[in-house]
Amino acid sequence: MTMTAADVELTSMLLEQADRLLRGEVTRDVLSRADGGEFPAALWRACEDAGLPLALVREDSGGVGLGLAQGLRLIRHLGYHAAPLPLPETILALMCWCEAGGAPVAGSVTLVADEGLTLRPAGARFTLSGHALRVPWGASAGHVLLQASDEAGELRLALLPHALVRGEPVRNLAFEPRDTLHFDGIEVDASMTRCVPSEQAGSLLVLGALMRAQQMAGAMERCLDYALAYAMERQQFGRPIAKFQAIQHMLAEAAGHYAAAVAAADLAADAWRTPRFEFDSAIAKARVGESAGKVAAIVHQVHGAMGFTQEHPLHFSTRRLWSWRDEFGSEAYWQERIGRLVCGAGGVALWPALAGE
Amino acid sequence: MHAFKFDAPALPPEAIEARKRVRAFLAAEGGDGRYVPHRCSWSTFDAQFSQRAGQAGFIGVTWPREYGGQALPSLVRFVITEEMLAAGAPCGAHWVADRQSGPQILRHGSERARREILPRVCRGECFFGIGMSEPDSGSDLAAVRTRAQRDGDGWLINGSKIWTSQAHRVHYLIVLARSGDGGADRHGGLTQFIVDLSAPGVTVRPIHNLSGGHEFNEVFFRDYYVQDDMRLGEEGAGWDMVTGELAFERSGPDRFLSDYRLLAELIEAVGPKPDTRQAVEIGRLVAHLAALLRMSTSVAALLDEGRSPNTEAALVKDVGTAFEREVPEIARLLLPLQPSLDDRTQRLSETLAHVVLHAPSFTIRGGTREILRGIIARGLGLR
Repeated sequence: MTMTAADVELTSMLLEQADRLLRGEVTRDVLSRADGGEFPAALWRACEDAGLPLALVREDSGGVGLGLAQGLRLIRHLGYHAAPLPLPETILALMCWCEAGGAPVAGSVTLVADEGLTLRPAGARFTLSGHALRVPWGASAGHVLLQASDEAGELRLALLPHALVRGEPVRNLAFEPRDTLHFDGIEVDASMTRCVPSEQAGSLLVLGALMRAQQMAGAMERCLDYALAYAMERQQFGRPIAKFQAIQHMLAEAAGHYAAAVAAADLAADAWRTPRFEFDSAIAKARVGESAGKVAAIVHQVHGAMGFTQEHPLHFSTRRLWSWRDEFGSEAYWQERIGRLVCGAGGVALWPALAGE
Repeated sequence: MHAFKFDAPALPPEAIEARKRVRAFLAAEGGDGRYVPHRCSWSTFDAQFSQRAGQAGFIGVTWPREYGGQALPSLVRFVITEEMLAAGAPCGAHWVADRQSGPQILRHGSERARREILPRVCRGECFFGIGMSEPDSGSDLAAVRTRAQRDGDGWLINGSKIWTSQAHRVHYLIVLARSGDGGADRHGGLTQFIVDLSAPGVTVRPIHNLSGGHEFNEVFFRDYYVQDDMRLGEEGAGWDMVTGELAFERSGPDRFLSDYRLLAELIEAVGPKPDTRQAVEIGRLVAHLAALLRMSTSVAALLDEGRSPNTEAALVKDVGTAFEREVPEIARLLLPLQPSLDDRTQRLSETLAHVVLHAPSFTIRGGTREILRGIIARGLGLR
């Protein structure tokens, strides 16, 4: 998508504003309290006041009207700061819901990527059945966006208010809520559903994967910032450990994993609304997820024992990397999907698929 | 830290057109059996192929028309290169001249050197090698001892170069020599010269590589006379010229496509119904490759804008060559396969053999992994 100069300016203003806000508000105290189960309500309100949940909703629907690629930059910032909020989920869920013709809602919205949910017509309403595992902030978000197939096999989006949802709390390694939700027997008014635009079929899983890929790219950048700063300040044998070639090479290797991750994440962001979007998003999640584990391992090694404690904030980022790489499909899940597509098309077709016709 | 950004350049229309043209050329070449897709394509020397590629307008395309070029944007060259590599075309003969010697001559050479040499390079009739490394000067390039001494209107060169790929069949080398005393500056006093290998005073000794192939040589100069207008750039400016070219040398698609044919042939051999492990491993390699392609294209665009993304270029080579090294290690485990150079019944076995035997060079040539990591560490502010 080509951006006008005004778009570029708006985007960089919003990103700068968000970055400043997050830098000031996502403190270690906020992160520790979130670990303990306390929702950072003030942080959420500040993000709402800045218009962030509506970043990708069109202006005529009351949103900011950023393109997806720009919205993903914002999500990368949120990953950098480890913002303990369902904000990336809300941004993408509202985008999907509004693009399908729904109206934006206030508060947080999470998204369910499971593809096995069904809607059975019951008079003017639908009855929902199925359950979903590991839904981000599933039991606490204001709304839940899910996709379910109706009798005719058509996919519909449904936006359920919090009151309808029953869930059991589960947490990921970063102590972010990843709840199990039960939908069996929930009555859904037709007004709470929308047909999925054909170009978006299956998109919640793909979008969720790309969302986590962007967050991981941001979190890896933070990890490298921590590691570079620590290597220059930590003295051993009379000099900063950054002066040891072993440390330099470890960090150079980590920078390579990070650079490849950024390239893959950017690749997918640029493919939005093209036929390549799903394939490139799969590449992004597979490649970024692989880097996440490698970067986390290296930055911990550089930080020594200190990085293994709560005295240093590194763990807020690395525990997220270890969680996010497995959410919305692990590397293995997406690698297999890529591999089946590529093998199905044959070796001759691979190059044009990568480089273009 | 420096947040890397890998923007995708919009390819100029000439690049999109060139992609079509080079694909048609390669399809015709392959269809006529004029070449068999080779697994290590840019180290495969085929003078006839290079001549046909030159005649078809695929060499030196970015250079000015007066020197035989087509004045096209450098992303056109990028596209031609990646297409040649992906097709396994044997482009080793014209590789060095097209990638680095030609651009050096264009930028730093005398008018005579440009007029005499560049049009022949473009026609695919004139090939180059690199004369940098010496027996006691590999990664530590500033330690070169080959001497160039003023002699009347020219210079006398004495010394030796090593790992000089294709010196036994290329026409020229660009030789880095010590032309003066740099004083305390180890990087001072170095100058580059265009050396005609058919002139007296130069001998070439073959060095066979571990697969039995003959690419490497050691080259000896004994009172070799070179005219002053075959000097490149100012006297003593050699070091800056050598390092200035490295971003071009290190970020290209040759740093992750050396064994692309093995990946393509592996996918063919696995077939349309891979088992889970095959699908996962192939999917992983493809995800790596897609990211590298993006990184490399993005660096090419930065270079096109006249910037010097040295850290990013080093990252492309470090990550790219690690990927190349991994391809054979994974391929061998996905199918019941034993590598052999002479098993004509199983093409993949032969391809794998070539790659396994060449793979150690991927992370050495053009700057070892360790040198690259030092450059990246410097870019990160660690040294």
